[in-house]
Amino acid sequence: MPTVNINVNGQDLSTEVEERQLLVHFLRDDMDLTGTHVGCDTSQCGACVVHLEGKAVKSCTMLAVQANGKNITTIEGVADGDNLHPVQEAFRDHHGLQCGFCTPGMIMAAIDIINRKPNLDEKTVREELEGNLCRCTGYQNIVKSILAAANK
Amino acid sequence: MYNFIYEKVNTIEEVEKLLNESEEAKILAGGQTLIPTMKQRLASPSTLVDISGVEELNFINDNGNSLTIGSTITHHEVSSSDIVINKIPSLASLAEGIGDPHVRNMGTIGGSIANNDPTADYPTACLSLNAKIKTNKREINAEDFFIGLFETALEENEIVLSIEFNIPKKSSYMKFPNPASRYAMAGVYVSVFDDTVNVAVTGASENGVFKWIEMEEALSDNLSLENAKNIKLSSEGVMSDIHADSAYRANLVDVMALRAVENLI
Repeated sequence: MPTVNINVNGQDLSTEVEERQLLVHFLRDDMDLTGTHVGCDTSQCGACVVHLEGKAVKSCTMLAVQANGKNITTIEGVADGDNLHPVQEAFRDHHGLQCGFCTPGMIMAAIDIINRKPNLDEKTVREELEGNLCRCTGYQNIVKSILAAANK
Repeated sequence: MYNFIYEKVNTIEEVEKLLNESEEAKILAGGQTLIPTMKQRLASPSTLVDISGVEELNFINDNGNSLTIGSTITHHEVSSSDIVINKIPSLASLAEGIGDPHVRNMGTIGGSIANNDPTADYPTACLSLNAKIKTNKREINAEDFFIGLFETALEENEIVLSIEFNIPKKSSYMKFPNPASRYAMAGVYVSVFDDTVNVAVTGASENGVFKWIEMEEALSDNLSLENAKNIKLSSEGVMSDIHADSAYRANLVDVMALRAVENLI
C-alpha cells in the first residue's frame, strides 16, 4: 500500500492507505474524524465537504492518495480551541441546523463561499449552495447564518 | 470500487510510458466523473495515472487571437481567470455553471472533453469557438474530435494536453440545467466571428454535441432575433428521457438559442 504524507487540521502525518480508499473513509475510519459525513455517496449532497488546500471539495469523490502532500481541513479543524469559527457561531446564533447531518458540509462550504465571494447577497448564497443538500429543508436559516457570518 | 495501482506522475513522458505498459490504465485528472464511475464498478482500470501534478498541463495562455488552456485546469480556474473573463467571458460563465462549487474545484477541462458526455458544457465551447485540441500525438479540430456519445477521436494512449479557443468578437452560452445534476438539458453556444456565426448545441442530440448548421446560416446572414425565431430544431434524433421528451427538449434548444442571440444584439 502506498504511503501518504498529509497534513490534516494542522497536523502532519505519514501513513499507509489502500489505493481505492476514499478520502472521506480515511478521515472517518482511520483518523476518527467523524464530523465529515457520508450522505449520498454519489457527489450530490455535500455532507462530505472538506477543504483541500483551502478549497471546498467532496471527500467522497476523491481518493485519499490524491491528498498526498496536501493540506486537508475538516470541520474539526476550523474552531480556534474553545472559540468557534465565526461561521459555526453564526449557525448557532441563527439556528442554521435542524437534524445537523448536513451541517459540517454546509459550514465547510460556507467558509469557502465567504472566502471566494465578497459582498455576498442572498441570491448568490443560494446559488453557491447548489452542491449541499439539507433533507430537513432548513435552507432559510442556513442562508441567514451564512449571510450573518459574511457580514461579521 | 475494485482496487488498482495508483501512479502519480510529473511529466507527459511518464504518462505515456505507464499507458503503454498497462492495457487497462486510465488517466485521473480531477476524477469527478471517473471516481463515481469506478465506485459503481462501471469502470475498473488496473492503473490510475494521476496527471494533476504535471506542471506543463497547468496553464492559461493568451495568444492574442486565441486562448490556450492546459488540460488539468479546473472549472473554477477557468471561471475565475482574468484572461478568460476578459477575452471570452462566455467561456468563464460556462465553467461557472458546471456542477457545483466543490465539483468545479476538482473537475478539469481536459477530463470533460475527453469524456464527451452528451450533456456536458465544454464540448459546445470547443465547437463554437473553432477549438483545436492538442494531444501528445497531434492537433485535432474540434469538429473532428467529438464523434458520438462518450466517443472522441482520441486513440489509445492519446492524451489531451491543451485546448486552443479562438477569441470571437462576442459570444454567449445559454443552458437549461437539469435542476438536480446541473448537466445541460439543452445548452446553446453562439459565437460571432468576422465572417461567420457558429452555433453548437449540447444536451439534446442522441449523438452528442453538434453544430446547428441551419441556425448558423440564418445568423451568419443576419444576427437577429427574427432570423433565430425562424429556425426550429427538429425533434428527430433528440434525446427523450424522464426529464424531457424529444419535442420538449428540441423546444428548449430553440429557447436557449433565442436567449443566447438576445445577449448578443
